[in-house]
Amino acid sequence: MSPVAVDWRTSATLIGTVLKALTLPLAATAAVAAWYGEAVVPFLIPLVLTISAGFSLERFDRRDLGLRESYLMVALTWLAIALVGAIPFVLAGQGVLADPVNAMFESMSGVTTTGATVIDSFDAHGKSIHLWRSLLQWMGGLGILVLAVAVLSQISVGGAQLMETETQTQDLTKLTPRIEETARLLGMIYVGLTALMVLSWLALHAAGLAPNVTVYQAVAHAFTAVSTAGFSPQPASLGYFSPAVQWVTILFMFTGATNFVLLYFLLKGDPSRLRESDEFQFYLAIVLGAAGLTAVFLAGGGQFDRVEPLARHALFQVVSIVTTTGYATVDFNLWSAGAKHILFLGMFVGGMAGSTTCSIKTLRWLVVVKSLRRDLFTEIHPEAIRPVRLSGSSVDEETIKDIYAYVLLSLVIFALLTVFVVTDATRVAGGVGEFEAMGAAASTFLNIGPAFGAAGPYGSYLHFPDTTKLAMIVLMWVGRIEIIPVLVILTPAYWRS
Amino acid sequence: MRVIIVGAGQVGSSIAASLASDHDVVVIDTDPARVDELTYSHDVLPIEGDGTDLDTLEEAGVGGADMLIASTDSDETNIVTCGVSAIVGDPFTIARVKQPQYLRAWEQRRGAFDVDFMVCTDLLAAKSIVGVIGLATAQDVDMFADGLVQMTEFEIPAESPVAGQTVAEADRFDSLTFAAILRDDEVLVPTGETVIEADDDVVAIGSPESMREFSTAVAPQADEANDVVVVGGGEIGYQVARLLEESGYKPRLFERDEGRARWLAENLPNTTVLNGDATDQELLERESVGKADVLVSALDNDQKNLLSTLIAKRMGTARTVAVVNTGEFTELFEAVGVDVAVSPREATAEEITRFTRARRAENVAIIEGDCAEVIELEVDAESALVDRPIQESMAELPDGVVVGAITRGHSLIKPRGDTVIERGDHVVVFSDADALSEVTEKL
Repeated sequence: MSPVAVDWRTSATLIGTVLKALTLPLAATAAVAAWYGEAVVPFLIPLVLTISAGFSLERFDRRDLGLRESYLMVALTWLAIALVGAIPFVLAGQGVLADPVNAMFESMSGVTTTGATVIDSFDAHGKSIHLWRSLLQWMGGLGILVLAVAVLSQISVGGAQLMETETQTQDLTKLTPRIEETARLLGMIYVGLTALMVLSWLALHAAGLAPNVTVYQAVAHAFTAVSTAGFSPQPASLGYFSPAVQWVTILFMFTGATNFVLLYFLLKGDPSRLRESDEFQFYLAIVLGAAGLTAVFLAGGGQFDRVEPLARHALFQVVSIVTTTGYATVDFNLWSAGAKHILFLGMFVGGMAGSTTCSIKTLRWLVVVKSLRRDLFTEIHPEAIRPVRLSGSSVDEETIKDIYAYVLLSLVIFALLTVFVVTDATRVAGGVGEFEAMGAAASTFLNIGPAFGAAGPYGSYLHFPDTTKLAMIVLMWVGRIEIIPVLVILTPAYWRS
Repeated sequence: MRVIIVGAGQVGSSIAASLASDHDVVVIDTDPARVDELTYSHDVLPIEGDGTDLDTLEEAGVGGADMLIASTDSDETNIVTCGVSAIVGDPFTIARVKQPQYLRAWEQRRGAFDVDFMVCTDLLAAKSIVGVIGLATAQDVDMFADGLVQMTEFEIPAESPVAGQTVAEADRFDSLTFAAILRDDEVLVPTGETVIEADDDVVAIGSPESMREFSTAVAPQADEANDVVVVGGGEIGYQVARLLEESGYKPRLFERDEGRARWLAENLPNTTVLNGDATDQELLERESVGKADVLVSALDNDQKNLLSTLIAKRMGTARTVAVVNTGEFTELFEAVGVDVAVSPREATAEEITRFTRARRAENVAIIEGDCAEVIELEVDAESALVDRPIQESMAELPDGVVVGAITRGHSLIKPRGDTVIERGDHVVVFSDADALSEVTEKL
């Protein structure tokens, strides 16, 4: 055994492979830039960099990926992609993104599918830069899914506990005997969904229901809707498009946050899995319940005088927040306090496990709800043994503990980040409201995107001090890889043999 | 008929005992003491050895045997024994298994593992327990003709409105026949004028619906059993809870072993599993077992089954069912206050007996204490019943025989004197033990 317990070389070679894979999207964006007559150099320089870095890192000895190496790899891969992603922003030198901290914020927000932006003026940036933002999110959405299946499912603690729960309920890793094959199938569903969304938008356009949809708009939004990420090249986000486009987009955001294994079975013509899934029903109930409640608040507030826009905007905003997408059709900053608070609570929900979504996820909440109900029962019947069941199969007690720990940890980190945002804003500028700070903290750490106040759906995170932005960069990263891998590699025991 | 019985445990010995008088019986067991014991108690040929061993089976004459019954305590041994016997001989093989998973596999393809018939002891016991739970005052329930016909033995309590009525008065149901009345060890074949007395056991044959109606007529004040408590989460207890769940019940199950309790809780989604001892009165009080409609005690130990049912009875449980592993205790249990005692061994013996009835009967139920049997037969061209009204054929049959039900295709026909039985019909016949051999021969 080597004196250092972590075989960082193996992790490094894997990161090298990932970096090499980044050349493809960089080259594609360079081609698009050339097509629109924009500068290609901002994409070519990182392309050369990633190729050379990739080859150099791959020269290290590669051994079997162990538990510790997986954590290091998961944590560092996301960081590496975010770093590379920021380079074109800086090199393009357009608007606020020329600043390295802003560029890194935008890039991290992109790859973690957060969708929080610092851009204050959308016109300042070329089409290729906007497309690069969308592409980063699309890669992030697919990446977490494939990474989760291929890497996290092979290790047994931390983030993988979630996968374990899923394998118990949804046979996630047993889709096919080989993990790579499963990852490939999920990838195909992802690509298929994206293509379907592009085609639906273009079909709406052809039918005259979507006047301002172009191929560029369709592709850029498909990249960020299916990945439940939320960047839009439009300052008004989805508010720029027709109601028909908004309805269709609701469907794709919802689908992107649905467990891909269920989608796989649905595609195979077996909808029973969807019907039998407790988590899917819970997810659907939360979305419809929250949208209904929001609609009631909106109706009370008298913001909409007709039913269709009321229903559409309530549903769109709720789906957008719960699925952690972060698109907007209206400035929900202007909504009543009740409606805004529902959206705020929605940030903590997230979509289904095994999807592209972020946040705490419905699976964990469902386990929490069910285990609380069980505890009430055993309070009266102390001898009763009552397993917590998800879709018929029982959840391991260890997993339940891990889920509680995860939820608690998320809430603690959120609370600490809120305190940091409030104090930091007070130190540098005129301060920030408590609700706005909470919204911004939840929205970045839970990878949602828009918050309230200045960081609202039609605003940006530009006004936050650099220190706050740096903290948010770190926490977007931590939130996306589900906290545990980062915490693990920060413990001294991890580095000891 | 030459019959080889492998395994001389409780089931094996009891089968050997019942077959020894009419057949050539060879018993194989690995335990020399058991082999010795059998030599002295029964007229059988005992062989010491392993039933899965080809040499041992050959020594037992498997080549010329008509039937091999593998009834050791190990499921795997029993299955392998049947497989090995099929290599050198062609006996009809019967394997006794405990675990229903083997039965499920075998039912997918009958004859698999070279087993011609498989009997799952614990499942049989569980099925008869669940059958009894559904019908107040029922002592025994058996299914015939794929569940179309049911034989039930009802005990008539003194306060029952049926007590004191004649059979003609009590018979208000479309598809139900009173096959027999068991009174003080005597079997009466009733006529319309026979008066049903309190404490009689009435054997009724008919559709499951008519059984439920009759059950209500016998004990109208008895509530429908909703709250069922099962004690003991062994294989029988588990199967009882599982079958109850299938019938829509939400039973409670007590299991002492924590690991097993956990397993049960995971595998029985609609059962509340309680990790505790069912003789712990405080626990029973807390879980208000006294308010339960039925308590089933399915522990491995007869004494504990007796104890837990008696405690429950004292606390006020309406009805108790106990599993009795030692067949002889059945009567004793019922005498001291257990409402129904179910013996898995008896259930197994019943299943195996149907193959010794010249393998003609489709199904057999043995009435308490071997005094009578209910058998299901398919009517063929040679039968005394074929193509004539029942009253005509009855004249040729001995006393103590009743045609209880007829099924044609998937419909049930209530037998009347003028009903003409056709070829291919299935008849469920009640027969006094004395008349049995003549009946099986003529029908």
